[in-house]
Amino acid sequence: MKVRVSVSLKNGVLDPQGRAIHHALEGLGFAGVNDVRSGRLIELDVADDVTDAAIDEMCRKLLANMVIENYRIEKIAGAPA
Amino acid sequence: MAFTAAVVTFPGSNCDRDMAVAIEQIAGDLGGGTVYRVWHGNAGLPDGLDLIALPGGFSYGDYLRSGAMAARSPVMQAVIAAAERGVAVLGVCNGFQVLTEAGLLPGALMRNAGIRFVCREVALTVETSQSLFTAGYEAGQRIVIPVAHHDGNYFADDATLDRLEGEGRVAFRYAEAVNGSARDIAGVLNAKGNVLGMMPHPERMIEAAHGGTDGRALFESVIKGLVDA
Repeated sequence: MKVRVSVSLKNGVLDPQGRAIHHALEGLGFAGVNDVRSGRLIELDVADDVTDAAIDEMCRKLLANMVIENYRIEKIAGAPA
Repeated sequence: MAFTAAVVTFPGSNCDRDMAVAIEQIAGDLGGGTVYRVWHGNAGLPDGLDLIALPGGFSYGDYLRSGAMAARSPVMQAVIAAAERGVAVLGVCNGFQVLTEAGLLPGALMRNAGIRFVCREVALTVETSQSLFTAGYEAGQRIVIPVAHHDGNYFADDATLDRLEGEGRVAFRYAEAVNGSARDIAGVLNAKGNVLGMMPHPERMIEAAHGGTDGRALFESVIKGLVDA
């Protein structure tokens, strides 16, 4: 089973990298970009009997730093094992 | 009783030798001491340690987040247990990042607000002399210590910051703009006062050839505080 974990900074936490990307986009002449937030994408290939609770715990214990980050878990249906 | 310390080396640590030399030399000046070098894969630590130092560097290549992998390495279980028993723990730079990732200190160290890696001497204010690590300084004293980091922007929520300030747990503050840290915090103590994390490198300021000796008092404070105890 493929699982995609998206980790992003919590709202209100300054994202210097997102801000730099935003400035770079403006520098390239792209108008209308209101905000940019950067994050991290982690894809896991896990056995079918790994529970949602276990995946959640992986996120809390390692994949995200709960002081500054949020995470979103997405199971990719039908992905080849 | 001779002072006994351990310096942990993670893959990618690069200030471990400087840290060990600083402790060894200053302990030597104060009556002698032993510094063990401990590899990250060790499940245990030597017996009878007074101080454990987590050095600067780029442990595990800063993979995932700075300090995140090191905080989950085998030796850290022993470091956490020792800290809970009251053994003094000093984390400098990457060591500070490891301590926050391991949950021994509150908050997190984020990318510098100015994006750039900052490598220079900075002015600090010693915020308290009421700690094992800062007893040899005066509260309010201005000192100069080098920093060299990309992820030194200290973040914690307002309630945590208020608590740290209220409990006298901010050890050092930047006296100039460095990295965007919340309330200019450069170093924090745990609730018991036996764990200090700081981004500046006191071990790089211990002899005149370094350009200054403002880091010496930190090591002298710990050694005197623990040997006399």
